[in-house]
Amino acid sequence: MTKRNLLFSGLALMIPLALATVLVLHPTRAKSEAAAAPLEVRVDNFTFGPDTLTVPVNSTVTWVNKDDLPHVIASTDGVFKSKALDTDDKYSYTFTKAGTYAYFCSIHPKMVGKIVVQ
Amino acid sequence: MAKKNLLDPNDNGFIEHDHNNDGIDRRGFLKCMAWAGTGALCVIEGGVLTSRALASDMGSKMKSPKMGELSFVQISDSHMGFNKPANPDVIATLQAAVDKINALPEQPEFILHTGDISHLSKPSEFDNVDQILKGTNKEIFFVPGEHDVLNDDGAMFRERYGKNSKGQGWYSFDKNGVHFVGLVNVMNLKAGGLGTLGGEQLEWMEDDVKHLKSSTPIVVFAHIPLWSVYPKWGWGTDDSAQALSYLRKFGSVTVLNGHIHQTMQKVEGNITFHTAFSTAFPQPAPGQGEGPGPMKVPAEQLRSILGITDVNYVQGRHALAVVDSSLA
Repeated sequence: MTKRNLLFSGLALMIPLALATVLVLHPTRAKSEAAAAPLEVRVDNFTFGPDTLTVPVNSTVTWVNKDDLPHVIASTDGVFKSKALDTDDKYSYTFTKAGTYAYFCSIHPKMVGKIVVQ
Repeated sequence: MAKKNLLDPNDNGFIEHDHNNDGIDRRGFLKCMAWAGTGALCVIEGGVLTSRALASDMGSKMKSPKMGELSFVQISDSHMGFNKPANPDVIATLQAAVDKINALPEQPEFILHTGDISHLSKPSEFDNVDQILKGTNKEIFFVPGEHDVLNDDGAMFRERYGKNSKGQGWYSFDKNGVHFVGLVNVMNLKAGGLGTLGGEQLEWMEDDVKHLKSSTPIVVFAHIPLWSVYPKWGWGTDDSAQALSYLRKFGSVTVLNGHIHQTMQKVEGNITFHTAFSTAFPQPAPGQGEGPGPMKVPAEQLRSILGITDVNYVQGRHALAVVDSSLA
């Protein structure tokens, strides 16, 4: 009985501790994830992957062309536009204002995507 | 014209579609599709287009007395600068196209290039194409593909190839009684849409053709198909119906396009649509495979699915004859 009580109180102590650890570590972890997460859109087989990407304000999003043909990344409202991206070429844009930014490939306009900045 | 209008290409390397007799020969149509990639000769004969696949042994058959009043060649999608599978040497295949043209038994009067001259709109790419095409010693008329207007809204293209053109590069001219209209449908494209002609160009075109006699044969050429080949892959033009509506009164209308790197044709009333081979790389049939990227084929097959298109007009006939011819 004593042993079981001890075990129980041990567990009871550990649970809040574990919770506290998660609480303390979580913001740091979330932050480092945001920094490490590649805010990347792959242009592959005439599609944008992902076709919708949600990012925090001041994020820099990079498009990389994995197709054998060039593409041009162009915001539907004219906010940003890349030069022609040949295979493996990249284009980056930093979103400083919240909002939804629809874009497309200006030479293959069936290709559409959006960046949601929060 | 012979009743049997489809000859077995395995016998003589020659496919002819006679739309004068019965509209479309379905068997012939399918067979021609199967030949996609071998090149075509177009002959306008009294309003409907005839299609023949050219092969190396076809020489004597081509010397038909029906032909000869106006002969021209369409080439397309040279993509100079492309260097990936299945064609690391687009210079060699464009040169092969030039050799093919120079070897035609009936020499064309001029050449139409229906766009994607370059792969990345680079001056050096245009220079290379110009240099190679000089070998034909022919006048060449160009319309831009989307690869030719990548970074400057087509300024360089117009400087090189569109000195006498209107707007973003459209124009018309007459040859031997045939009226040619070169259109631009690769600029100002809208998100989610297809090729676009735009209001200004449509207005110009309406005005350009309205004073012509309805008996005038019309050839319209543009990069992206002016018919709905496969909208899901962007293979069509949003406002092409408007453009075609200006051509209803004419007895003979032939529409020549590129962009899809394969031969295809369709007859709709007075209008015959035809798409040409690329001289650089093939693309898959509509909806076949995951997307419209370059189709990878074994090296020994490549030249059998690249080619040129030869077009022939005979006065009094109702159609232009269109013959696709491979580089193999």
